[in-house]
Formats: sequence, structure tokens, C-alpha cells
Amino acid sequence: MECRNPDAVRDQILEVRDLCYSYKAENGTLTPVIRNVSLSVQRGSFVAILGHNGSGKSTFAKLLNMILTPQSGSLRIDGTETLREDITEEEIFALRRKIGMVFQNPDNQMVATIVEEDVAFGPENIGIPPEEIRQRVDSALRAVNMTEFAKHSPSQLSGGQKQRIAIAGILALLPDCIVFDEPTSMLDPAGRAEVMDTILKLNREKGITVLLITHYMDEAVQADRVLVMDHGSFILDGTPREVFSQVEKIKEVGLDVPQVTELMYRLHKDAHLEVPYDILHSREAVDALKLLYAKENGGSALG
Amino acid sequence: MLSDITLGQFFPGNSPLHKLDPRMKIFLIILFIVTIFCASSLLSFCLVLGSAAFLTILSRIPLRQILKGLRPLFLIMLFTAILNIFWTSGENLLWQWGFVKIYAEGLWYALFMIVRVVTLIIGSSVLLTYTTSPIALTDGLERVLSPLRVLHLPVHEFSMMMTIALRFIPTLIQETDKIINAQKARGADFTSGSLFQRMHALVPVMVPLFVSAFHRADELAVAMECRCYHGGEGRTRMTQLHLSGRDYLFLFFMLALFALVLLCNSVSFW
Repeated sequence: MECRNPDAVRDQILEVRDLCYSYKAENGTLTPVIRNVSLSVQRGSFVAILGHNGSGKSTFAKLLNMILTPQSGSLRIDGTETLREDITEEEIFALRRKIGMVFQNPDNQMVATIVEEDVAFGPENIGIPPEEIRQRVDSALRAVNMTEFAKHSPSQLSGGQKQRIAIAGILALLPDCIVFDEPTSMLDPAGRAEVMDTILKLNREKGITVLLITHYMDEAVQADRVLVMDHGSFILDGTPREVFSQVEKIKEVGLDVPQVTELMYRLHKDAHLEVPYDILHSREAVDALKLLYAKENGGSALG
Repeated sequence: MLSDITLGQFFPGNSPLHKLDPRMKIFLIILFIVTIFCASSLLSFCLVLGSAAFLTILSRIPLRQILKGLRPLFLIMLFTAILNIFWTSGENLLWQWGFVKIYAEGLWYALFMIVRVVTLIIGSSVLLTYTTSPIALTDGLERVLSPLRVLHLPVHEFSMMMTIALRFIPTLIQETDKIINAQKARGADFTSGSLFQRMHALVPVMVPLFVSAFHRADELAVAMECRCYHGGEGRTRMTQLHLSGRDYLFLFFMLALFALVLLCNSVSFW
């Protein structure tokens, strides 16, 4: 029987071991979606999970805060094993509060007709006293920079603003970790930038652990760690630089690498230039090309 | 095209009636309705009509708006008035033609009926629908009805349903607009043909709308669960309602009106 083991796992907010999950079709056949996944997430880190459609990444997210129950494996949240038979409903809510979740469609996450009422929804559910809810709502709205919209109706807001309200709604529950399930895929470029800035700020300034599920490579590049999921298991795991330098493997599973990496990879592979392609930012690419130019022109530097 | 549908009849404002506690308003409106139906003499009807006018002035709702609200009921008022005039029998016969007899009592009853309907509409719209936002209304209802939880009535669930419905009406209207435009772009025609044909043309709008509404409901349920929603049990509220001096003043006014009307009922001088 798994039990609490607080000291050994304090710095791991999430510990997943051999998690398996299958969807059951109406005729009773099981379709495995998550196959023997193991993962430890360091407290305060920023992890990006990449995968094409149907790779199982959204299902994985729902397993993490117990919306779905896996068939086998072990899931520890903040050191507490969740897949026990004697787990109580109160315990589930207490743990679910620690792992917040933000979904793709901002419209379908809002409950109330007034922004601040919506942010208050979570704390109200767990029975926080009214004065404290007020404080939490105010500080959550401040954290996502939406204080001036507190009295607005969600239908008056842009997609990016709605998504920030959804984030505030989770923040009001004071989570340790937030799982973002493709939070920017329905937004315009301006909204995407707003939401990404907010996510980074929460991670860097508030120390909230972030799990970002995305298929935008430029978002994944900003993480500390990138995982690539394919057919229900992780096939790559490492820093963005390590992962994206495996261009062939990433393309094999139907994903792209960041544009700059792609360019450097082509220059290396097709044009046979001697440039590195473990490059993530255009600045680095410019430096690498300058270096190459200088080398080929006998040391004369380029301005 | 669909976006100019206003929800309910709420007129945002800052009048004393807007600032009343929604719970008190619900109670006041019930008291007012009882008063209206208790009134039976000319003097008490004058009192009721006068207080309805007073409330209207207090609410600062334009008179034109209130008359617009009465218009759909004009036919009903006319119908009940005619019924009362021709079918009420009494002692003071005014006019007779064959079997049609009109009594003075009939005329009075017709007039009272009209005053009742008019004050009922004005009272409820001015006190409640025009001056209370939908969210305050559902909130107030939940709290007023909360004692019924003892009887295992799902009071909280009911108000949550109302809140979500209010929240999603603009979203679904937008979506309907989008679907209609998409169907128009494919050559659908919603404006010509017989009524049946036009109804039939709406089927390709309703089907995707319902599919997407179910989809939204599913996603919303998961999102609510993620935010630890588990029904009304152990739930607290951020906004607390407090009864102020103003609320008690209005309560006093309404109780005084009720007492006066009862008193005036016994005074008859027509």
C-alpha cells in the first residue's frame, strides 16, 4: 500500500509512475491512450508537453487532476498518492485545488456573468470565508492584470482577456501547479502573447509550477524542459535545446521544430554548411552565421 | 441581427429602487401583489394606483418604457373589462337592450380589474424586472428560497442553472449568428417561402447549435469540476447581502400601504 512519504518527495510536485489509461468504446473495446507514462515534475519548473492531435496529451492533463481515473499506475500530488482505494472526496478536492487547469476555449470555462464573480467561483466552492475570497479575487485579478475589468461581463472581453480571467479563476484557488491545455490555440496573435506573458510571469514571479501543453514550438522554447508525446508515451525529454536538435525524430511524429532551428537544420543538411542546428533563437542563428562567414573569409569579421 | 436582443428588461441605474436588496424586493413585490388583490373599494384602489405611480417616479424609468410594457396586455385588459361589464349583475341597472343588461357594479368591476392589472404590471416591472440585474435576481432568489433546502429542494442547483443560462445566452446568440451566416454563404434562404418552408430552413441552424451547446456543456462541466465545484454543500459566497435602513423604510412603506388599503376597504362611498 502506497502511503505518504513527505520528506523524500517535497520538491516534486507531481510524480507519475507507469500510468495507463484506455478509453472504453461503446462495444466494450479498450483503446489505450496513455501507455506506461512516468514523469516527475520539479516544484517551480516550467514544463512544455508537445504532441500532435490525438497523441494523448490532453488525456494526460485530465489524469493529472483526477478528472479521469487511470486503469493502473501511480500518481502522487505533492507527495500524496491519489490512486488509493480509500481516498475520500474531501482529499480529492484538497489535491485538485493544488493542480489547477486552464483549457483551450475560454468561453467554456466561465460560469458567472460578471468577471469578479467568476474568479470567486473556485474559492466559493471550497468554502472560503467571504472577506478572504474578496482578497483572493483582487490579488488574482491583479496578477493577470485585469483589475480594471472586474465588473465587466465576459462577453465584452477579447479572447486573450477571457483566457486571463480563466487563469485568475484558477489562481484564486492558490494552486501549486497549473496545467495549461493548449491555452492559446483559439486566440489571435495578440491574445497569444498576452497569455504567454501571463504564464511566464506566474512561473517566474510567483513560483507556480507550469505544465504547458501546446503545439506552438515558439511557446515550448520558453520552457525549462520539453517533453514530446506520441501514441500515449513520452519519446523525448530534455531542455528545449536538447529536444529540438533531434529534428528528424520530431518530424517523424508529425511535429515541427522552431523556424530558426529548421533553417539552421536545412543549411546544415541540404546546403552542407558547417553550422550547428541546436539553435532556438534568431539571435543565436545570426551569431552562428556570422562566425561561419568570418571563418570562410579568412578571419575578417563581419559588421 | 440577433445581438440587439436585450436580456430581461433591466435598466441599469442608480435610483433608490436599484439599490434595494434583491431579497427585500422579492418580498416587497409579493406584499404589493397581495395588497392589490385585497383592495376592494374606490379609495383603496386610488391608494394602490398612487403608490404604483410613486414607485415609478422613484425608479426614474422613462414612462414611455413602462407604457410599452403594458401594450401587450391591452387586449387582455379589454377582454376582461368587456366580460365584467356584461356579465356582472347587481342592483343598479343602467341600461338594458334585450337580454343585455349593464349594471353600475359591472362598470366598477371592469375599472377595478383594469387598475389591478395595470398596477400589477407596473409594480412588478418597476420593483423587480426593470431595476434588478439578472444576476442579483437569481442571487436574491437563491437566498430567499434557501430555507426550502430543508425539504431537499435543489435551490442552489436551480440558481446555478439560471446563472449559467444567463452567462451563455450571449455566447449562443453569437454562435447562432455565425451559423446563420455560414448557411447563408452556402446559399440557404431564411426569408422567403411559406412559414413551413422558413421553419424547415432553420433546421440546419438548430442542429449545429444544439451539437455545439452540448459540447460546451461538457467542457464547462469539466472546468467546473476542476475548480472544485461539488454542489451547494459547504459553499460560501463572496458578495454578502446586507439589509440597510433603506430596505426597512421600503418595507415600512409597503406594510403601511397594506394596512391602509385594508382600512379603506370598509369605507365605501360610491
